[in-house]
This record gives sequence, structure tokens and C-alpha cells, in this order.
Amino acid sequence: MNETVNVYLFGKKYAVPSELTIMTAMEYAGYKLIRGCGCRNGFCGACATIYRIEGQRELKFCLACQTQVQEGMYVATLPFFPLVKQIYDIEKITPSQQVMMQLYPEVYKCIGCNACTKSCTQKLNVMQYIAYAQRGDFKKCAEESFDCVMCGVCSSRCPAGISHPQVAMLARRLNGKYLAPESQHLEDRIEEINNGKFEEMLQDLMNKTPEEIKEIYNNREIEQ
Amino acid sequence: MYTEEMKKSMAKVDENRENNTSYEPPRMTAEEKEALLAEYHPDYKKEEFSVLLTGENKGEKVPKELAALLLGKSRINADFDLSSPDYDVDVLVIGGGGAGASAAIEAHNTGASVMIVTKLRIGDANTMMAEGGIQAADKPNDSPAVHFTDAYGGGHFAAKKELLYKLVTEAPEAVKWLNDLGVEFDKREDGTMITTHGGGTSRKRMHAAKDYTGAEIMRTLRDEVLNRQIPVVDFTAAVELILDEEGKAAGAVLLNMETNALLTARAKTVVLATGGAGRLHYQGFPTSNHYGATADGLVLAYRAGAKLLYPDTLQYHPTGAAYPEQIFGALVTEKVRSLGAKLVNADGEVFIHPLETRDVSAASIIRECTKRGKGVKTVDGVGVWLDTPMIEKKNGEGTIEKRIPAMMRMFGEYGIDIRKEPILVYPTLHYQNGGVDINTQCETKVKNLYAAGEVVGGIHGRNRLMGNSLLDVIVFGRNAGRNAGKRAKETTAGKLTLKHIEEFEREAEKNGALSDIQSPMLLPDYAGKNK
Repeated sequence: MNETVNVYLFGKKYAVPSELTIMTAMEYAGYKLIRGCGCRNGFCGACATIYRIEGQRELKFCLACQTQVQEGMYVATLPFFPLVKQIYDIEKITPSQQVMMQLYPEVYKCIGCNACTKSCTQKLNVMQYIAYAQRGDFKKCAEESFDCVMCGVCSSRCPAGISHPQVAMLARRLNGKYLAPESQHLEDRIEEINNGKFEEMLQDLMNKTPEEIKEIYNNREIEQ
Repeated sequence: MYTEEMKKSMAKVDENRENNTSYEPPRMTAEEKEALLAEYHPDYKKEEFSVLLTGENKGEKVPKELAALLLGKSRINADFDLSSPDYDVDVLVIGGGGAGASAAIEAHNTGASVMIVTKLRIGDANTMMAEGGIQAADKPNDSPAVHFTDAYGGGHFAAKKELLYKLVTEAPEAVKWLNDLGVEFDKREDGTMITTHGGGTSRKRMHAAKDYTGAEIMRTLRDEVLNRQIPVVDFTAAVELILDEEGKAAGAVLLNMETNALLTARAKTVVLATGGAGRLHYQGFPTSNHYGATADGLVLAYRAGAKLLYPDTLQYHPTGAAYPEQIFGALVTEKVRSLGAKLVNADGEVFIHPLETRDVSAASIIRECTKRGKGVKTVDGVGVWLDTPMIEKKNGEGTIEKRIPAMMRMFGEYGIDIRKEPILVYPTLHYQNGGVDINTQCETKVKNLYAAGEVVGGIHGRNRLMGNSLLDVIVFGRNAGRNAGKRAKETTAGKLTLKHIEEFEREAEKNGALSDIQSPMLLPDYAGKNK
């Protein structure tokens, strides 16, 4: 084993190998995780974590599965945060500024403190994407927020009570459905399939033996 | 971040980069691939499998770890009181990943009352972690028939053809459905989908949302489930399926993961969408899977009388992170190779075409690190280089940040800039190729029990191509939900029973096969362990 460091899990001290992440350190200490653990790879946002290094003022925010332990780390996890998720029908809403006003009016209460950006575990410019949402610029809001894992730390820091991840979710769906250009080739292909254009080719394959398909497969042309 | 020894090897990779970038390594012949797999692929290690002595697959081999669970002891007694169900719905969806969410949405469309139960949260699933993309033959030079051929060949000609037919013919419609729900696919200005190759594809049909494709799909599906106000009972695992006296699926016994309370859910139809098994760590491999990937659905279905297909075939993704150890086993998306990065050994030599299928690529890395002795030593073992700087040499600066930001972030946390330095990789347990046997209606051998997603076997044969799993969770998830919803209108559940559990255990005991562990596993046990 390499050197150990002292970490304080919910205030209680444990000596753990220094190469562990906060998540594996908790397990090393004997926790059997149920909450606060999902994909273990930085995509699901289940393991939002707040820590402070002993002797420092600054609070830090991270995903427990993506962060290595440090000496003197005081750790609290945030396995759940009460985000506001508004109900809407994606078929009926339109990508207009009014949508945001109706569903998430609190975005206009942003006081510009930037606590959301400072706390983002994905290092996104959260306040900026909220500004885009305020203006009804959903495309930019979607781009700026794209890597969001919806861990909720930003919202836990927000004095205006904004549920940033849900605002961004709405913006991305509006962008994906209404603002991004349509894919004509996709529509065309669906029509071709429905009209049975490929049916003969497919039935031909379905009726072939694996050996016969092997021949086709091993000699197929590969697009460069 | 890299050790001195690694840096020495890396210098050779740097030195050869110019030549390696333009070098097009030959593709292996069918015979070469077969020989390579037989010698190095983990599926071919006979001693790692055991033969099932009870159940529908009696006489067939499965990984030892899975056998112990399939023939494990139930978590409940067969005399568990089912007389006053806590939940009563038309369609019970077990699992909150891509397949479960798709099924719930489509079942809801039929007018059925639907409920999702999931042992963690909705979205804590392998779908969320699928990085690379989703296949659909929607370009003019491509067709569902070519897609069929690629997948059938890549799966060693073992797929159930009728399932594969469904997969490829409904693929464009699946992508459109997602797009219409608001999933942000990578497109050009004119709306053309940006598509790339995956290992084993003969046309560029990999659609993506950067390298967050699965996350983008999953969060959108989750949002849609919530908008429809479909009840999601989270932190609640299904621990047994309930049948009625005619042997039809009629619900599940649930376990509240936090309070350990046992609950009864009665349903007219059940959709099993519990996902894969990476957390069983077959053969000691690390895994790219989410925390709950413990094969629960296979256990539940098997005890209820379902049949499994190809449960002996697993996918080891060739490029799991081998270093740094904090991310050991984490997925490095195949898209890295789609974009032009090649696999390079300790001496700086390219040893395989970057777009061979996953099983072949994985076996070639294992060969490089064992017999050929050309691996690079890491803390936990050994690895080979994946030369990421090639991507920007080939496609220009900025490509990595734009197309694979999650990879850049994951390694960036540990001081590795993948734009400038290559990374170390080794195969990681990634996907359960086999699973519950279904027909084209997603019906299992147990009446009124439907299955979709990774828990299913047979769609891909004995190896799956990149981008066909996100596709299958959508195509078959939707079909399962639709069919289960319709069926719920025509069926009635009789008296609920768990007699099948008792009978299965008795049979297993008689055959000397009952293992002494409780199953399903629900979560892996990492408490008190270093890894």
C-alpha cells in the first residue's frame, strides 16, 4: 500500500490510501453505499460532494467518483437535492422566451452572485447559461449546459432558488426538437423503409444460411 | 502523472506518431480473427465457466459467478404474504434505464397505468454511460441490409435474425423518435447527421451527441417520463417475480433498499429491463458498468422459468482506462478510435487496425500484453497506448474538445491532456451479449413477461457492435412497452403465487446445484475493500 491520508467523512476521521477517490475511500472505510453512488464514472451526478480542506476557508464541490482524496479533507455528500422540475408537454410548448417565464420564472431573480458557476462539478459556466435562458436563447443555453450531469450542487448554492439543471434540460429539449435543423435524410429513409424499398434485400439475407452471409460479410466493401 | 518507465515508452509513441498516423494497418482475415479469439478472448477460457444443473438452460455453461447467482437462494420465503398488494398497476416496468424508460413511455401511450421500479434512481444505468453513439442506416450509401450484415457478422453469425431485422429496420425511426423528444444529435448546419465508423461497421452510421450520447438520451427520456407523471418508485429493487396460478407473470416482490421493507406490486404485465452484469467482475476484470449492473433480471427471469440465450458471451471493451488507477476500468469510448486514434504497443508499434470489432480488439490487446510482452506496466497491471494526439493530427486542433469532451475531462482531472499525451488502456468488462431469450414481440417464455435492453440476449449474437446497444434499448424498449400495454388490456391476473420459487429451489437442491448465496445480488459489496 502507498501512503495514507486522513479524511473526515461526515466529520469522522479515517486513514485511507492516498490513491483512492472519495467514493472508494468511503467504501474502504466500510460504507456500503446505496445513495450517492450511481455510474461511478462521472456521468450520472449521483455522487455530488462538498468538501473543505482543514484550515482553508474555501468550500469545494465535486463528484466523489471523480475526485482523489487529499489530506485533511472534510467530506459531506449531497445524494439528493430538491430541484424543481416543472411538468410540460414537449409537443405543445414552443421555443419562446415566454416558456421560461411560465415554467421557471425564478431565473429572472438571479442576482449574479456566480455561486452556481463556482460550485459546478463539471466546471460549466452555469450563470452564463442561465443568462441565455433568461433571454430565450435556448440554443446557446443548450450548448453552454451540454455537459451538465444534473448533480444539483449549483442549485444548493443559489440564493434565488433556481433549479439550474432543470432549466437547462428544458432548453436542450427545445433546442433538440425545435431549433436544431431537421434531418431530411432521416425522414427520407424512414419513408423508404415504410414503402418496403429494402424488403427484398433483407428477405434475401433472412433466407440465406450463416455460411452464405459469411461470404458476403467477409467480402463487403468498407467505406473509407 | 506518468511514471518514468511509462514516459520512456511514450517517447517511442511520440517518435512514431507521424508515421503511425498515416499508416493504415491491414484488417485481419476471418481465420486470423478466429485463431486470435480462441487463444486470448476471456469467453474461451473453459475453466471460468460452469454448467447449469437446473432450469431452462440445464446443461449449458455460464460464467461461474453467474451460475452461483442463478442457482442462489431467494431473498424471501415462498410463503411471503401476497394477499394485499402495495401497488396495483397494468404494466410494471422493472428497471429505470434506457429500455425501462422507453418501455414506460410507450406503455403509457397505450393508455395503460404504468409504474417504474428501480433499485437506484431512474437513469442510474448503463445507458447513461454509453458514450460513443447510436447506429442507424439513414445515409444514402447505407441501408438496413448493410447494417444487418455488419451486425450479423460482427456477432459471429449467431444473432436471431428476426430480432436483428427488427433492430435495423426500426433504427431510423428510433433516432427520429429521440430527436423529436429533443435529443440533441450532432448535425451539420443543413441538418445532416454527423456520423462516423465504429468497430466492424462498413458504413459511417454512428450518430452521436458528443461523447455524452447515452447521457443525453437518458436524461431526455427521464424528463419525458417525469412530464408524463409516470410513477417512479426509486431505491426499490425487484427481488422475485410473482406469477399467477396459470404461470403468467403478475407482478414482483419489491425490496426498499433503504428500509429493507418488502412490498408487493401486482401487475397485468411485467417488463423486465434490469440491464447487465459488469459488477459481477467476471474473471476478475474491472468494469465500465454502473453500480447496479448485477444481473438481477437474469436471476428473476430464470427462476420464473424463462430461458437464457448466449449467457456465456460477454463483451470486454478493448479500451478501458488502465491508468491512472482512480479510473481503472472506466470506459474510453470507441469514438476515440472512430476519430482516428490507434492502439500502439510499448515499442510504439501499431499492432491492430483501429476499427476491428470489440472482441477482436480486446483479444489483440491481451495478446500484446501477455505472449508478445509488449505491454506497458501500470499500478494495477498492464496496458497499451491509445494514441489520442493522432485525432487532432488527422482532424485538426479543437476536435477533441468538441467531439470527446467527457474523455478530455476524465483524464484532465488527473493531469493528463489527451490532446498532447496518449493514454493507457486495457480491456474492461462492458456488456452482457447474452440474456433472456425473447421473440420479436419482446415476449419471454413466461407469459405476460416482456424483456428489453441489456437483460435480453440474441439480438447481437455473440458479440455486439458499438452503437447497437443504445439502439436496441430504444427499439426493443419501445416495443416491449407497447406490447405489454396492449396485452394488459386483454389479460387478467389470477391468484398471486411464489410457488415457482419453492419449486425451483427444490429442483436445484435435488440436483445438488443450489448455491449458498442469496440472489439477486442487487449491489456489489465493496465495503471494507480497497478497490
